[in-house]
Amino acid sequence: MVSRTTDDYQALAISGIYTITEPAFWAGFDRGSAEGFRDYFNQLTISEPARAAQFGIKHYCWICLNPKEAEDLKLAEEVLEIIPDYLDRPSVLGVGEIGLNKNSRNELKVLERHVAIAAERNELILVHTPHLEDKLKGTRLIMEAIVNEPRINPTRVIIDHGEEHTIGEIKDKGFWVGLTLYPNSKCSPARAVDLIEIYGSDMIWVNSAADWGISDPLATLKAANEMRMRGHPETLIQKIFYENPKAFLSQSPKFEAL
Amino acid sequence: MSTKEVLDRYFLENRARILEIAAFLDRIDRAGAMEAGRSDFRYKAFMRALRILLESEGNRTKALQVNFSDLSKEPRKSAAGLKGAYGAWEGPFFEDH
Repeated sequence: MVSRTTDDYQALAISGIYTITEPAFWAGFDRGSAEGFRDYFNQLTISEPARAAQFGIKHYCWICLNPKEAEDLKLAEEVLEIIPDYLDRPSVLGVGEIGLNKNSRNELKVLERHVAIAAERNELILVHTPHLEDKLKGTRLIMEAIVNEPRINPTRVIIDHGEEHTIGEIKDKGFWVGLTLYPNSKCSPARAVDLIEIYGSDMIWVNSAADWGISDPLATLKAANEMRMRGHPETLIQKIFYENPKAFLSQSPKFEAL
Repeated sequence: MSTKEVLDRYFLENRARILEIAAFLDRIDRAGAMEAGRSDFRYKAFMRALRILLESEGNRTKALQVNFSDLSKEPRKSAAGLKGAYGAWEGPFFEDH
């Protein structure tokens, strides 16, 4: 978790979380060159697995050019050129988190290039959907771009950061849906459990945001506890927080469940 | 959960939240340049949201999310200089589409 302290790895291990996947994302600033991305991808595939391993945590990641840095098409092309080298690495589960941020034409072009790379290599896809007012439109544009690539099977794609106004359309199209827990700006544990109660437990994955913003790597445990407090059975909690992510990730031959 | 169980578990925290909303609106009322504030797209979206809370029984959360959303369909020409989000759409509300 490149933007978290080592304390967070320790907290995860103490809390019984021994496997994590980390998407390639925005660093809080735009990187100036493809070499900057090469350094970042090395951090994701070499440094972070080693840091996590100190606490008995298996670290997997996803590689891409995140949509917040996709507006510069020249830089994007340079980064897209080096991405396949990193997708071959043993802890990389697929392409992600790709998607849109402000729903622009250039972001969409870069998204389509990523989807083509995933199709050519038969990679799993992790999708970032935009925030707040841009989410509904962006989610629809993203799903349209993926559906337009006939080589992509929706069951090998997870559309993340789903919320009340997007989850129905995501599930209707046959994608997995991710519910990202955030203290302020995304889904709360209570709302995530509401969505599970409304939409069922199939093809839903709940994850904790753990980036450089205000976020809580242990939020999944709080959602599990919310389910417990509402009287949901342990078998359902196990399905949401263990069996479902295991089922999706096991579509990658590189993933080994504990 | 039964209605009583939902109230037992969630009433106090949501009582606190609605007081925060009231205080937020009072703060706007006390601030200067009230007319400019009330014409802000975020203020308008917020006031629509309050009405939705009372009118969209059983579907409030989704209706609120849609209320705050950009409902246009075409990709933006450029995202140059844009990173974050406001939380409400400054363009036409869905009734105008």
